[in-house]
Amino acid sequence: MSKDIVATIKENVIQGRKTQEDVGIDESFTGTPGVVELVQQALESSISPQVIITEGLTAGMQVVGEKFATKEYFIPDMLASAEGVGAAMDILKPILESSNVETKGKFAIATVKGDIHDIGKNIVAILLKGAGYEVNDLGTDVPAEKIIDVVKRDKPDFLGLSALLTTTMLEMGEIIKALEENSMRDKVKVLIGGAAVSDAFAQEIGADVYCVDGFAAVKALEAFETATT
Amino acid sequence: MPRKGILVDRPYERLTREQVELIHQASMQILTNPGLISFNREAVNILHSHGATVESVAGEHQSWQVKIPEQLVLEALDSAPKTVKLGARNPDNALIMHGDKPEVYLITGSETNIWLDVDFPTYVNKDDPSKEIRVPEFKPRRGTVDDLCQSAHVCEHLEMVDGYIRTVNIQDRDITEDNKDVNKFFASLNNNTKHFMSGLTSLEQLDNVVRMAEIIVGGKKALEDNPIISFITCLVKSPLQFVDDTTATFIEVCRRGLPIVVSSSPQAGTTAPIKEAGIMAQINAEVLAGITLGQLVKPGTPVLYGSVPVRARMDTLGDSYGSVETSQYNIDCVQMARFYKLPNYSTSGVCDSKIPGQQASIERLFSDIVVAMSGPQYLHCAFGLLDCNSVFCLLQAVLDDAHFKMIEFFLRQPRIDQPELEAMLKQIREVVATPQKLYISYIRPLLRSGEISGVYPFEGSGETDNVFELAYERMNELLAKPVEHIDRKITARIFEEIPGILPRLNIYETES
Repeated sequence: MSKDIVATIKENVIQGRKTQEDVGIDESFTGTPGVVELVQQALESSISPQVIITEGLTAGMQVVGEKFATKEYFIPDMLASAEGVGAAMDILKPILESSNVETKGKFAIATVKGDIHDIGKNIVAILLKGAGYEVNDLGTDVPAEKIIDVVKRDKPDFLGLSALLTTTMLEMGEIIKALEENSMRDKVKVLIGGAAVSDAFAQEIGADVYCVDGFAAVKALEAFETATT
Repeated sequence: MPRKGILVDRPYERLTREQVELIHQASMQILTNPGLISFNREAVNILHSHGATVESVAGEHQSWQVKIPEQLVLEALDSAPKTVKLGARNPDNALIMHGDKPEVYLITGSETNIWLDVDFPTYVNKDDPSKEIRVPEFKPRRGTVDDLCQSAHVCEHLEMVDGYIRTVNIQDRDITEDNKDVNKFFASLNNNTKHFMSGLTSLEQLDNVVRMAEIIVGGKKALEDNPIISFITCLVKSPLQFVDDTTATFIEVCRRGLPIVVSSSPQAGTTAPIKEAGIMAQINAEVLAGITLGQLVKPGTPVLYGSVPVRARMDTLGDSYGSVETSQYNIDCVQMARFYKLPNYSTSGVCDSKIPGQQASIERLFSDIVVAMSGPQYLHCAFGLLDCNSVFCLLQAVLDDAHFKMIEFFLRQPRIDQPELEAMLKQIREVVATPQKLYISYIRPLLRSGEISGVYPFEGSGETDNVFELAYERMNELLAKPVEHIDRKITARIFEEIPGILPRLNIYETES
């Protein structure tokens, strides 16, 4: 029975159904419980959060990633699945914290000062949350001082900076300088993205990695994780 | 159920109603002064017996000046069917065309002499041998009956192809003027279940190809109900001349009541005036003269108003199908046909470029889009044709199919109505109230419904351009798919009754 619920969670992640109101790709799922309802059922059935995460949520996202790679799935499919996983993680977070289970890492993300463009930043936030990271979205037009404060206070493992404009992308370099001045540069990996920036720009300002899109961000974090284990 | 064409709800029109009527009047005047020169005696007799004025013209070849009175043309326009059915081996592929309904069917053609093979040799960078690229190379050669079979086979599987005009002229050593028609008809019909239209090489073979079609569909009456073949004849040579042999063919096809295209192909600048008003008045007169003759031969003969106008190239005085004016003339002709409520055979996609590439894509897409927008019923959009009418490349036909899928999508009617707008207002209000303000979740129900156009099917990865390689892969996939051949029993009957078909085309014999 418990295995059935976990397998159904995985299936619903693949279908991209956060709740029972959501439509999946397969019409036969219509009206059946989605990821949120199933995770609650699983907890009521005393299934451990670790099993829910590894065999349900992560296993489902693994399939979604494969389908995206073969062009069977598109970004809206990935986002729907990631939103489902993100909602499940919100339910599981207090239980994980009380049992001292660590998340995959803390990720602070912001669109830099002077820039209000946030589509890319929002997509990255959804995908990373769906990938199991604890995401703190600081919003748009965020001044360097606020970002420094958050890094000091919350100690995120990763900092994602986004800018669309060639004028505002320079702010990213200022933030990295401020991190250095505050002796925090080695405490946090800095990822940058946005239409105006590039790999060369990332190197120029001393960022750790340039991410062309949200999937590159997920891969970059996985690569950091592999490098440290 | 017949095939569904692309319905162009509000077709693009270049001409005002007044301009259409002016062209019509000018054409009527042309038909009485100067009239046409006919090199075909029978046509002269038919027209003369119905009131046309005829006068013998002095010259090396016997010919007559024929002046056709307006009333005769108007009566012919009355008797010509306003709806024409072009049948198909698979009845689901039949095309039903209404002269007043701009529903577009996309057709292959035309009969080129050269077949373009494609190869992908690898080139190594001299300065850095670790760098290699594959570059398409195109090799022309004379077309064969095997090529025609391949082309018909692939066009059977090209989703956007509604009907088949043979794409390549068969020039094998064992093909002669006497057996060319039966072989081109059999090769095409045996590898393609869509409507088949063709010209005729030899009038003597007309009854053989008609008999072949009757055997396939089950008899004379069955062929009347489901005319799986139709004909195209360029009976008019511009300016204003009925050619002897093609006019003879035209008359005989009309006698048999099979659908036929009255086609004229004047070249603006050489065989027609360079100015739009001039070529339009002339081509319209030429087509109306053909339609009149056809209706006099057999009233009610299903005819298509066929227009293949083209502008001359200024550097060679050859055809310039890639010129912008060529598309303008074709769109004008679509309007003229609609004015007469006759189904129209129009032309697009024929390009000046000699090989697939950027020029070919630009020229083809330009005319394909604008002419399709005008709503011709039978659009000879020349899948795979290059170098005007000279070269056929199967790879290009595969590319064209993808491009027409985009055009089909583009021509879909917008859905803007009260319920739709109410749903959108609700969606906008919901999304604006969320922190992320993204509409992405609303995409999913539409993703696989066909309501969102797809990515270009031959898109490469990263910054590489793999269009030709991917299209080539697609072409080979289509060639590997089976086609529904004519069955063994009917094939045996065809080979028994119709002389001249090459034994190697009998797949049942070659299999055993």
